[in-house]
Amino acid sequence: MTRTTIDLERPSSGTGAPGERPSDRAGAPRGSLGGSGRRRVFTTRKGVAILGFLAPAILFVSVFIYYPMISGSQMAFRNWNLTNLTDTSWVGLKNFEAIFANPVFYTVLGNTLLWVLGSIVPQLVIGFAIALWLRRRFRFRGVYQALIFFPWAISGFLIGILFRWMFNSEFGVVNDLLAKAGLIDSPIPWLAEPGTAMTAVIIANIWYGVTFFAIMILAALQSVPDELFEAAALDGAGKVRTLFQITIPYIRTTLALTILLRVIWIFNFPDIIWAMTGGGPANQTHIVTTWMINTTQRGDYGQASAIGLIVVAILLVFSAFYLMAIREKRDA
Amino acid sequence: MINTETNPARVIRVLVLAAWLVITVFPLYWITVTSLKEPGAIFSYPLTYWPEVFSLENYVGLFEKAQFGTYIGNSLLIATAAASVATLIAMLSAYVLARFEFRSKGALMMAFLVTQMIPAFIALGPLYLLMTQLKLVDNKFGLILIYIAICIPFCTVMLRGFFANVPDALEEAAMIDGCSRIGALFRVIVPVMKPGIVAAFIFNFVNCWNELFLSVTLMNRDQNKTIPTALNGFITSYNIDWGSMSAAAVLTIVPTMVLFAFASRYIVQGLTAGAVKG
Repeated sequence: MTRTTIDLERPSSGTGAPGERPSDRAGAPRGSLGGSGRRRVFTTRKGVAILGFLAPAILFVSVFIYYPMISGSQMAFRNWNLTNLTDTSWVGLKNFEAIFANPVFYTVLGNTLLWVLGSIVPQLVIGFAIALWLRRRFRFRGVYQALIFFPWAISGFLIGILFRWMFNSEFGVVNDLLAKAGLIDSPIPWLAEPGTAMTAVIIANIWYGVTFFAIMILAALQSVPDELFEAAALDGAGKVRTLFQITIPYIRTTLALTILLRVIWIFNFPDIIWAMTGGGPANQTHIVTTWMINTTQRGDYGQASAIGLIVVAILLVFSAFYLMAIREKRDA
Repeated sequence: MINTETNPARVIRVLVLAAWLVITVFPLYWITVTSLKEPGAIFSYPLTYWPEVFSLENYVGLFEKAQFGTYIGNSLLIATAAASVATLIAMLSAYVLARFEFRSKGALMMAFLVTQMIPAFIALGPLYLLMTQLKLVDNKFGLILIYIAICIPFCTVMLRGFFANVPDALEEAAMIDGCSRIGALFRVIVPVMKPGIVAAFIFNFVNCWNELFLSVTLMNRDQNKTIPTALNGFITSYNIDWGSMSAAAVLTIVPTMVLFAFASRYIVQGLTAGAVKG
């Protein structure tokens, strides 16, 4: 792995010639990179230089991401179980049939929908509000931003652990605060009951994700020219009208894309749930990705891959429709 | 911006922002307080919001009972190595993607972006098999290789945004003066972009430092475990030892928070650069 990078740093040893086949990338780029000092760069030469600069990245991503992904995809159509490696025959759609026949799959799908919607809507609303209020300069704004930024530095897994401890039924601080506020009489076994467990993991996720929206939206807001707000104020537009008729339309593209990226990301985000409930109780907090990891750990790579492909299909279809919807709106 | 804010509006704004700050900071406060209580005091009523007796027993126990020193060392080594190499490689590819036009550019960007959207877990099983073939299971070097690959796509996209902000004229001038392209990159562009590159490195480092599922799948022996893998081991049993767990969580979080505090401004720039321009 280090060899590729060292090669690129080494001064030219001049073996490369223009027009070499792309597969000769090991030798070619060095020569051309070293030799392209004058600005008279031939197209092929430029091509070789481009390839040389890109080669290490492409190599790593192909070997350790794309190869396993593709080989994982074909496992979805095979009988691939670590417990019985003597028979890895092709079974067509059998893995998919097994998943669609499994009632847990539909629970998991419902959970995933709840997880994504229940997380993203509050994240968006709170994040938007914070961004709007942060747009105005005030003393300590920098410090404030740095402080609310901090959930980002923590891994999803650790956030799960933090909240698992806070939602602990006996010694958890959440129950203690609720009791002190007089809202509950007896401790709630948050993570042991289906309904409350889902609420708890979603609360943790909201806490984690608000910052992302706040930061993205704030950046977008700062691109809105002040004159627009000034003009709106002169015209006597109220705050709410300014928000819906000027601010939101102006940052619509950023907003729409941020939401799309976030939906995809939360869909694929098992860490918090993994640490807090492990998918339990009784599969009630399993989302598609935690269920898939679970299946992988049981050694059933065939079914796990099939779940993975289903996720990809869902996300592709969703993204396509979503992008079409925002494009139409823009054209209208 | 014209100041149109009325007094009640200002009060609401300050209150909401303050409330969110408290909500944001509280979980960290709570885990820190827990870790500093005496192990017995963690499980006693009523809950105390400040340790009655400050104790480092939970921390000491981590290093005595569990091999926490080893885990920290492993995580440091693996995250530093992977983040350095990944940043270097991503710098090269980001530079090309920011400066040159070529036919497969769009496809390549797409290929990088897609890795961010497909559930990586589909690759978990096959990756394990691949590493078995390469004899790199339960091997730090093997995990470093995978982490490099995982960091590259996003890091490339992020750095590309920074490169796009540096004028071409800069390296063109250097190249007229006889610098090679790679020389111009490292001598002229990199110094200008230093904050962005440091931010990219920190971002990669934190991601590797935090990564769980791959290391859990690949690392078995205690001597090879990273911190998240070890923590995951703490929770597989039914009774979590919250004393050790809280201390371990604090020790894991603090370094990443310090790093992020340094780099947050640039990380934000990098993350928002792509989206906002669109």
